[in-house]
Amino acid sequence: MARAAVPGRLGDRLRWRIAEVAGRRVESATAVTLTLEIPDWPGHLAGQHVDVRLTAEDGYSTQRSYSIASASNGRSLDLTVQRTSGGEVSPYLVDELVPGDQLELRGPVGGWFVWRQQQTEPVLLVAGGSGLVPLMCMIRTREAAGSRTPFRLLYAVRSPSDLLYGSELRQGAPGLDTTYLYSREALKDSARPPGRITPEDLARGGWPPDFEPTCYVCGPTAFVEKTAAYLVLLGHAPERVRTERFG
Amino acid sequence: MTSVEPGGSEVNDTDAGYVDGNALAGPLSEVFAVDVTTATSRCANCGCTGPLARLRVYKHAPGLVARCQQCGSVMLRATRTRDAVWLDMSGAVSLAIPVGET
Ligand SMILES: Cc1cc2nc3c(=O)[nH]c(=O)nc-3n(C[C@H](O)[C@H](O)[C@H](O)COP(=O)(O)OP(=O)(O)OC[C@H]3O[C@@H](n4cnc5c(N)ncnc54)[C@H](O)[C@@H]3O)c2cc1C
Ligand SMILES: [Zn+2]
Repeated sequence: MARAAVPGRLGDRLRWRIAEVAGRRVESATAVTLTLEIPDWPGHLAGQHVDVRLTAEDGYSTQRSYSIASASNGRSLDLTVQRTSGGEVSPYLVDELVPGDQLELRGPVGGWFVWRQQQTEPVLLVAGGSGLVPLMCMIRTREAAGSRTPFRLLYAVRSPSDLLYGSELRQGAPGLDTTYLYSREALKDSARPPGRITPEDLARGGWPPDFEPTCYVCGPTAFVEKTAAYLVLLGHAPERVRTERFG
Repeated sequence: MTSVEPGGSEVNDTDAGYVDGNALAGPLSEVFAVDVTTATSRCANCGCTGPLARLRVYKHAPGLVARCQQCGSVMLRATRTRDAVWLDMSGAVSLAIPVGET
């Protein structure tokens, strides 16, 4: 039933709500996780996002989308924001916000780039940089649900110091395989030289197309574009490749 | 999902200034009571069908422009004014919105 498909959308149009920053955690030199408290948060699906709106004193307002990082069973809401230097919104969210501050937010929204516990096919997650955020939500949701669906994560990131959720990923989970693809600077003992994602990376760290996995690809637009094209070249059906371009 | 499909893209590949139709979910939630990004639309130009979530969305102040993932033609425009949302869907011949069984 469509009503049940998206928690929080019980046939109502969405309105902007006020969220209060309850916590702030540094993830890397350029990213923080903000824990938000929102009265009557209806819950969300893994992969959904919210729109955040900032309004200046002169009335000028602007909005951006941010994926939800926390597991879908939780009552609180975590967003992980990566600073885009020179950006209008992200430097403010990363550097200026402190607990107690308020934000305007609309969501959760999006019914396509989502993973549901009822899905039993294997899952391939391919993240570029902060594109890990909604995929981490899927990983956390899978674990919170005690799901045994096999997940593989390919995480493309500049260098080990840019990793998001590093210790949580290192700790791992049964049935989750993680491969790191460093683009600029790899660990000393790593077999793969630093470089951009290749079809070989996807063939080695992903699933054979015969297994009919659902592939979720998220990150900067150019990264998603290339990765999705490779997956289709490798034989994955275009409709099994779901994408979320961050811009 | 754009240039991966046969037929390729007419929009310049170096133009990365777009996101997926998923990003329409918030703005359209002001208008529709259900998520319409999973709705199937048919392009008036090339006839291809797919969920709105797979269109390419460009920000064009004061609104959004969504283009067909196959042929690049404009399928939907959404513009927010102070008290209304203007939806121009002349580039789509149909929109099938899942609402569950009756
Ligand atoms: C559905 C969706 C979910 C998203 N989820 C997240 C998330 O979980 N975490 C997160 O950090 N971001 C996420 N983003 C990206 C986010 O919405 C903003 O685009 C980003 O924070 C930059 O905003 P800004 O105002 O700082 O930069 P802007 O002022 O908008 O842009 C400044 C300059 O940076 C360029 N730019 C914009 N975005 C990027 C980018 N992502 N990478 C590199 N250059 C860029 C622009 O072309 C421009 O030249 C998501 C985007 C979408 C569409
Ligand atoms: Zn078309």
